[in-house]
Amino acid sequence: MQKLVVIGAGMASGRLLEQIIAANPAAYDITLFNAEPRGNYNRIMLSPVLSGEKSYGEIVTHDDAWYAENRITCRFGEKVVSVDTDRKVVIGEKGEVPYDKLVFGTGSSAFIIPCPGHDLPGVVAFRDLEDTTAMTEAAGKPGARAVVIGGGLLGLEAAAALRLRGMEVTVLHISTHLMERQLDPAAGYLLKKDLEKRGITVMLEASTKEIVGNGRVEQVNLADGTELPCDIVCMAVGIRPSVKLAQDSGIACGRAIKVDAQMRTQTPDVYAVGECVEYNGALFGLVAPLYDQAKVLAKTLLDEEETFVMRELSTKLKVTGCDLFSSGDFAEGEGREDIVFRDPARGIYKRLVIENDRLIGAVMYGDTADGNWFFGLIKDATDISDIRETLIFGPSFQGGAQVDPLSAVAALPPEAEICGCNGVCKGNIIKAIEAGATDLGAIKATTKASASCGTCTGLVEQVLSVTLGDDFVLPAAQPVCGCCDLTHEDVRRLIKVQELKSQEAVWQELGWKTRNGCHVCRPAVNYYLLADWPLDYTDDPQSRFVNERNHANIQKDGTYSVMPRMWGGMTTPQELIAIAQAAEKYGATVKVTGGMRIDLLGIQKEDLPAIWYDLNQAGMVSGHAYTKGLRTVKTCVGKDWCRFGTQDSTGLGIKLEKKLWASWTPHKVKLGVSGCPRNCAEATCKDIGVICVDSGYQVSVAGAAGMDVRETERLVDVATEDEVIEWTTAFVQLYRENAKYLDRAYKWVAKVGLDWVKETLADDATRRALVERFDISQSVYQVDPWAERAQPAEAVKFHPLADLTKEAAE
Amino acid sequence: MNWIDIGHIDDVPLRGARQVKTKVGCLAVFRTGETEVFAVSNLCPHKGGPLSEGIVHEQKVTCPLHNTIFDLNSGESLGVDEYRIDTYPVRVEDGRILLDRDAIAQRSAA
Repeated sequence: MQKLVVIGAGMASGRLLEQIIAANPAAYDITLFNAEPRGNYNRIMLSPVLSGEKSYGEIVTHDDAWYAENRITCRFGEKVVSVDTDRKVVIGEKGEVPYDKLVFGTGSSAFIIPCPGHDLPGVVAFRDLEDTTAMTEAAGKPGARAVVIGGGLLGLEAAAALRLRGMEVTVLHISTHLMERQLDPAAGYLLKKDLEKRGITVMLEASTKEIVGNGRVEQVNLADGTELPCDIVCMAVGIRPSVKLAQDSGIACGRAIKVDAQMRTQTPDVYAVGECVEYNGALFGLVAPLYDQAKVLAKTLLDEEETFVMRELSTKLKVTGCDLFSSGDFAEGEGREDIVFRDPARGIYKRLVIENDRLIGAVMYGDTADGNWFFGLIKDATDISDIRETLIFGPSFQGGAQVDPLSAVAALPPEAEICGCNGVCKGNIIKAIEAGATDLGAIKATTKASASCGTCTGLVEQVLSVTLGDDFVLPAAQPVCGCCDLTHEDVRRLIKVQELKSQEAVWQELGWKTRNGCHVCRPAVNYYLLADWPLDYTDDPQSRFVNERNHANIQKDGTYSVMPRMWGGMTTPQELIAIAQAAEKYGATVKVTGGMRIDLLGIQKEDLPAIWYDLNQAGMVSGHAYTKGLRTVKTCVGKDWCRFGTQDSTGLGIKLEKKLWASWTPHKVKLGVSGCPRNCAEATCKDIGVICVDSGYQVSVAGAAGMDVRETERLVDVATEDEVIEWTTAFVQLYRENAKYLDRAYKWVAKVGLDWVKETLADDATRRALVERFDISQSVYQVDPWAERAQPAEAVKFHPLADLTKEAAE
Repeated sequence: MNWIDIGHIDDVPLRGARQVKTKVGCLAVFRTGETEVFAVSNLCPHKGGPLSEGIVHEQKVTCPLHNTIFDLNSGESLGVDEYRIDTYPVRVEDGRILLDRDAIAQRSAA
């Protein structure tokens, strides 16, 4: 009888042995080596063992009796030292075994991040029963805490299982969304939300710096300074094929052991199967292809014809309640088209990817019932052109279901505050409707909802529509863009009410119909998020118009204009010399602007960081002449020089500019401060204008001198500079928090009414709270964007990625 | 195909683009997904806007000058006015972005 030696008792080799014995029990005299002191068990079922839902005994696939019955010589707990392929012997720790055929089933090992402290006791992987036992023991202590590094399939299963055991669990994930290999950002967002609901803390873009502890794990420290005390650390960041033994034995390896479609290595009579193989450049981690390989190798060893074919795979997560499905190719490839369906009310997201009338990828969250049907369409490359329109509704589609534009509002809980001015919740409105208030006027009269600034009118109407059904005719409202059914005002209000703090949260909870918006809605949503959640949301440069991304104004020829700030229009000889030198050095055209500063036109993109650096050296910062934010504070010379001046208008202008600069606003904001009613600073056509008078200051707002020309209207008269600054800041913050993106202040004031603005700001507590919130935002955003980008690491991003001018000439 | 390595995928911001200089003008390399890239000519045929500076959404880009939207797959504009930009073969391998040297050479010959 021929001698078959198998190294490694994993899932693939277990399946291989079964197949050989089932086909011909007398084919081989089999010896099975395993470094773990046990035989084959179902490794993918370790999660239920960890959570306590299953015992080890239940996941054993082959027990001692099975090996005995099939006369397999087991050498468990014994490592293979080397293989001599010339003499055809396997050398174990306890002696040699000759072979006629040899199979490598050495599998893979967990990749351990080589950070300081990775070798402390209490740092485990999630690969074998030993790891599982170590985690189970740690969970035994009351109030025990676990940190799971890695938010992929394995890490999340470990996290959920440890949570089930009552541990406090934090998942650290390096990427911007969970399971980024299997899920897109939208599904990743929903998964995170579900995990957080069950008490797991998820930290994205978290980079582990070190693991510390005195003789045992005590704490994980992140690169951003976060410290996480813990009792155990589970590293689940990936696997590496175990190929050292094969390499040492002279068997051809790439990233893993290279095999052909019959699972043959390049060495005669040596085969490989499972996670340790590389076929056509691909590695394998999921169980389905491993079983396919085992089947092929069994046939090969029995001298039958069989060829390994790579199949489409699908993924499901074995965490109860997290219903996700992904299959095929949804993150790569060209010439593809998306179909997106979201139902915020039920937490459902589906995305199909289509190429050449074939479904090539599907991601689903919340409702995966049709997963296998889609998987079948992908696998069989079915032509879907006839069913394309209704494809996303699945095989049972009867022609009725449509995306409900009211879904986002229907999903709101009764305690969601619809009207911010008067503190009216959805529940109050529904009660009023049930009591007979069936139109907007009646709702306003009975609940005061939408009776003040009116911004929430659209949402109140939607609550009416959701509650009354066909009895209420919803007035047509202009949605933000084709990506959604909601108006700007609705979106703003819902971001606040539902505490939506990321773009993915907005797309999902407000039922966006596209993957990531468009050039119309994304800058608006980015602004709303950063204005409402300055400490939680990170500004996204890729959601900004070119000028705000590059911090300079793009011109018609693709060059940029650069304009340093001149506080209140004041400058110095030194600044002017630096500006003149920069203009000469970078070949700029020099223009004095209407906003009292100097514009350098015609700067190449690559030169921007360098010219910023030069201007920074002379003490100047960005003038933000390119932003929806504070532009200039125009001033006259004031009482220090002017014979008519009543106050220090220049000084006040500088103070206002220093307070407000670098803040983001719905549209640009321009200020003027004039020292007397002759108004040389033209303050009365600005967004905010201050006129100095003998008795103090007249603050007026909502002027315009663009497409529309409008005089400002008086907001308040005050006696001191501090009061001017407080009222002005509060007005800007009220505008920041409430206006529609791209509405100048005068348009917004026309919508909400100056009376409402006055009333709101007249309340001392409200006004101060607005200033406080503005200050919080400025603690994040009041930095010179030029200085940050003049750093070498950032400056390089302004250069072309590559220069192929020489290449193309070849 | 004759592939040439132009840089790492992470050098192109997600939903962003970088320029690549060639002897006959600039290409724009877009990154629309984690490992999803497109290469097209950088100049908008309308008024020469640099497409690499546009807002990237799904597999489309909006020209920063006058908001013409191009499908990066076909190079065709969406909307009333019809424009077309050249598209070039590009792929990602082990995190590196590869352009087809021959396709760029053909452009220079044309």
